[in-house]
Amino acid sequence: MARVTITVNGKPETTDIKPRTLLVEFLRDHLGLTGTHVGCDTTQCGCCIVLVDGRSVNSCTMLAVQANGASVTTIEGLAEGDKLHPMQAAFREHHALQCGFCTPGMVMSALELVQRNNSPSDGDIRYWLLGNMCRCTGYHNIIKAIKAGAEAMARAG
Amino acid sequence: MNDFNYHEPRTLAEAAAMIHAARDGSLIAGGMSLIPALKQRRAKPSDLIDLRFIGELTGIRRQADAIVIGAMTRHADVADSKLVRDTIPTLARLVGEMADPAVRNRATIGGSIAHGDPAADYPPALVALGATIITSTRAMQADDFFTGAFATALRKGEIITAVSFPIPDRAAYVKFANTSSRYAIVGVFVAKRGTDVRVAVTGAQSRVFRIMEMEMALAKSFSPDALKPITIKPNGLNADIHATPEYRAHLIGVMAQRAVASAAAVHRPN
Repeated sequence: MARVTITVNGKPETTDIKPRTLLVEFLRDHLGLTGTHVGCDTTQCGCCIVLVDGRSVNSCTMLAVQANGASVTTIEGLAEGDKLHPMQAAFREHHALQCGFCTPGMVMSALELVQRNNSPSDGDIRYWLLGNMCRCTGYHNIIKAIKAGAEAMARAG
Repeated sequence: MNDFNYHEPRTLAEAAAMIHAARDGSLIAGGMSLIPALKQRRAKPSDLIDLRFIGELTGIRRQADAIVIGAMTRHADVADSKLVRDTIPTLARLVGEMADPAVRNRATIGGSIAHGDPAADYPPALVALGATIITSTRAMQADDFFTGAFATALRKGEIITAVSFPIPDRAAYVKFANTSSRYAIVGVFVAKRGTDVRVAVTGAQSRVFRIMEMEMALAKSFSPDALKPITIKPNGLNADIHATPEYRAHLIGVMAQRAVASAAAVHRPN
């Protein structure tokens, strides 16, 4: 067993885990944060993307021990009470989800994009989403939502 | 995934001692190749030695006429590096187009080259740019490093610390990527430094290789036309569901000509 302390959505979590525990298993099975989804389990679909120290990472391809000491943000960490994060609100407004399975990864991935580029073009967004798959193929509205979300975040400062 | 012991050495010496002491130890950098292998039990190490706390392995610096990239430097940081963009823009672009953003945030240069994937993008860059791979025990030329499919000249317990890239006069990389995986079906890296021209090909054989005939022709005249008389033979090229050897031979010629055409004028600022 290995003792890890990972700050998840601002709260330090200390747990003894087997070193083979994946970060996504730590989040879902140990902390009950099931908003982070496991899609392909092979680093291709992006459904499990979370932010680790502000950077998007496939949590199915990172060991929890590798995140020891890090700060992790999951989809559960975005809303303030009932108030959705501007990117979440934009996804709802623009109907950027059909089944919703890929949505948490899309939103988390979009947040790193906006952090790097607060006014992304359609092309920037499409290129950035290379590692996020939507099998409902609802990409068009996802692009619109991320663009609107970026604008809303810029307005909110 | 099988169980393993996990270690976090703070120095290179400590890491080397741990890897030698382990029954069947494995180093882990970003884990983007190793973790999938652990999941499939293609890799079943007794011990994982994580290099992330060894500070000297991370970072990018200029050393005389070369750019030295620490083994634990993430792809995203190489792609974003002003130093790399200013001196070897082709390298920054190549790394910025590998895989996807989340993978680039974890994957490292050391882990990537140690993995030795024969369709990866770093190997042709290292070979064409004449890079030196520096390890815990020695320095070796990229030409001698990649020995086969998923095989390198690394000895047991040897740890890559950095890769040193001489700054070229001109360089370009053009790849014909698999639409799904983004790996090269064929990728050609062309670099010119003084009178030395190198052409390195990835994705087409069991390992990266150079084409001397093209290098000699380009040394005489660095233009796409110089490559036109050269025919690449399909013998020994990979055959898989993505491309036949004949198609790969054709692609090598086309990608090489495009690479030469796009090799930017002069990259050497001071």
